[in-house]
Amino acid sequence: MKTLNKIIFTILAIPLLLSGCQTGNSGQSGALSSDVASKVYVKPGEHDEFYAMVSGGFSGQLSVYGLPSGRLFKVIPVFSVDAEKAYGFNEETKPMLNTSHGFIPWDDSHHPELSQTNGETDGRWCFINGNNTPRIARIDLGTFETAEIIELPFSGGNHSSPFTTENTEYVVAGTRFSVPYPQKDMAIEEYKGNFKGALSFISVGEEGDMDIAFQILMPGFDYDLAHSGKGKSHGWTFFTTYNTEESNSLLEVGASQNDKDFIAAINWKKAEEYIAQGKFRTVATEYAHNKYDDATHSATSTIKKSVKVLDPADCPGLVYFLPTPKSPHGVDVDPTGEYIVGNGKLSANLTVHSFDKVQQAIANKSFDGEAYGIPILKMDEIVVGVVEQAGLGPLHTEFDGRGNAYTTFFISSEVVKWKLGSWEVVDRQPTFYSVGHLMIPGGDSKKPNGKYLLAMNKITKDRYLPTGPEVTQSAQLFDISGDKMKLLLDFPTVGEPHYAQGIEAEKIKPRSVRIFKLEDNQHPFAAKSDKETKVVRDGNTVHIYMTMIRSHFTPDNIEGIKVGDKVYWHITNLEQDYDVPHGFSVMGAQNSELLVMPGQTETLLWEPLLEGVIPFYCTDFCSALHQEMQGYVRVSGKNANVPLKWSLGDHM
Amino acid sequence: MKTTQFMLLVLLFSFTSCGNADKSKSDVAETKTTVTEKPKSMIADPRENKGIGPITSVSLGATIDEEMAAHGKEIYDAKCTACHKPDTKFIGPAPTGIFERRSPEWIMNMILNPEEMVQKDPDAKKLLMEFNGSPMANQNLTEEEARAVLEYFRTL
Repeated sequence: MKTLNKIIFTILAIPLLLSGCQTGNSGQSGALSSDVASKVYVKPGEHDEFYAMVSGGFSGQLSVYGLPSGRLFKVIPVFSVDAEKAYGFNEETKPMLNTSHGFIPWDDSHHPELSQTNGETDGRWCFINGNNTPRIARIDLGTFETAEIIELPFSGGNHSSPFTTENTEYVVAGTRFSVPYPQKDMAIEEYKGNFKGALSFISVGEEGDMDIAFQILMPGFDYDLAHSGKGKSHGWTFFTTYNTEESNSLLEVGASQNDKDFIAAINWKKAEEYIAQGKFRTVATEYAHNKYDDATHSATSTIKKSVKVLDPADCPGLVYFLPTPKSPHGVDVDPTGEYIVGNGKLSANLTVHSFDKVQQAIANKSFDGEAYGIPILKMDEIVVGVVEQAGLGPLHTEFDGRGNAYTTFFISSEVVKWKLGSWEVVDRQPTFYSVGHLMIPGGDSKKPNGKYLLAMNKITKDRYLPTGPEVTQSAQLFDISGDKMKLLLDFPTVGEPHYAQGIEAEKIKPRSVRIFKLEDNQHPFAAKSDKETKVVRDGNTVHIYMTMIRSHFTPDNIEGIKVGDKVYWHITNLEQDYDVPHGFSVMGAQNSELLVMPGQTETLLWEPLLEGVIPFYCTDFCSALHQEMQGYVRVSGKNANVPLKWSLGDHM
Repeated sequence: MKTTQFMLLVLLFSFTSCGNADKSKSDVAETKTTVTEKPKSMIADPRENKGIGPITSVSLGATIDEEMAAHGKEIYDAKCTACHKPDTKFIGPAPTGIFERRSPEWIMNMILNPEEMVQKDPDAKKLLMEFNGSPMANQNLTEEEARAVLEYFRTL
């Protein structure tokens, strides 16, 4: 017995000794040095501390993870159709994907941005940009569904978007690719001077309604990323530019000639004055504005016809250029609003401008010439600090609220921690591999929660089990609560993760919708009780008003449908209990299933091509009698005389 | 098998030995539990069972409150008829004559707290089996709404 005790003691002592040895060691974390697993372990049944809204990249969606566990909760369809949720397939959501180019089933989503109040995340909405067919979406964080999408005219590659102002007065959206303005048929080689870049300021109403308040017509550069000022710099938005060379071919060479490009500083309060003074032009165009209504459970799409445009040449004081080396990618403003960090992608150094110095230079007219009528500030007068040789290929910076900044370096695959004010590097950790964006919850707001940092990688190579030529992209979670960053967790992501936003779960949880109240359902084809169920024929269009509850459809036997009919299944889920959706699928449907939330109505269009008796069923396992939740629809020939008839058991 | 038997024996012994330490007390406790538990599982008249949930007592007026009953019918028609026809057995039982079978408290608890009722209440459990496991859906009625539905049931 004594020997056993001794052995146990020895075993217990080993890790203690080992960790004692490791304290003086830098970075290399052996398995025994600290209990990393417990830091990301969320006990079964318990909740994560943070939500992470992670962009879906070329999936076009927005994924919702928990932190620190890295568990995936939901993929919210935004710009791409999703057969699982019938998004873009059911009649109700088709208008969400309408544009001036018609119905667009896919996009490339990059930058989630949470709404803010007083410079802090408030948990109301998450915005995200669609790059390819330029759009901004607003996701309601009560329902975790896309509530609104607005298209952006005169934009091409909507990349420097959507970044919010401190009270979500606006989300901004800048075009990456400049285009002819207005769009027209012209020779590409006439780019220089003829192409323009539109920066859109989208106002956001109390209920979230988006509206393009105005656009600023900028020179034909590429507008890469943006962030708005906060605190003292509230009222300004900063956009990075590259391709100030205005090259239209082989940009990897052509757009990398200048040693410096610009950060465009936009005084949007000044813009509001110019708009109030009527200094804008109204330009005719067409763009879609799509809204989803939780009462009708349906979306509408409206084509808007004009936009207000400000030209910086006519509006002194509206825009200044801040010279910044070289092809800067991200522009990030620290929590105080004083430091504007230019992440010079092709520069070895990070350049930090001071907002105070910028204001002074403007007051002193310390200009170094101008570009297309926009004053260029003298670089020496506005730069407050340089982080020297911190790494290769700086892309993005976030802040922890304790005076530290964290920058990703794509080429050298690392996150580097440095101090605001002294500009000294204090820590660096490798990422696996080729990190793009990073996220600290609230890390681009006035009040970061500096506990965790999420690095999002473009390449994973050997980090996961291989899955053919396409391997997963990933995120990596670091603990940043101490002096040194500690890698805690790798987890795979949906699509390529670009930016992400994090928020304390407590800001969202209490607002999360559990059911839609049946009495509030204003869907024009809702059957809110079995009494309202019916089948109505109008020519070759048939409307089925159907209900579902555990575990049957009413009606579940339908006859009198004919080949060539357009059959609209309008199905209302009568449940009023949390987490009891029902699904619906019918053989031969050329679109998708329906997944109907409690109290909601959704519509599937079905065009039967063949005669027969077709089964339909519930796809979401709803009760012990889920397998019994089924029905039949009889499809007769085009000229048959089978009368329209519907029933459920003997009770109709 | 032998091992299991042995283990059981050991378990039994250890329990008995514990019980022996305080024999008189445990005897009393045992009698008590039989007194309280027996009638619960063998209720002759289920109308004495109030069920499990927020409702512990309901007082019914001498006459039916017609206004409340009408309100209750509206709610019943909207939220309940998918499974309960007023006078015939359907997905679930019919409410006609329900007061001959159930207490008012039990009815309201079944409406307001069905998940716990079908798991723990002996009568609700029996019903769940009788209706082939078809769950009683929680339609998220307020207590006031459930009370109105109860009043409507008095008119049936």
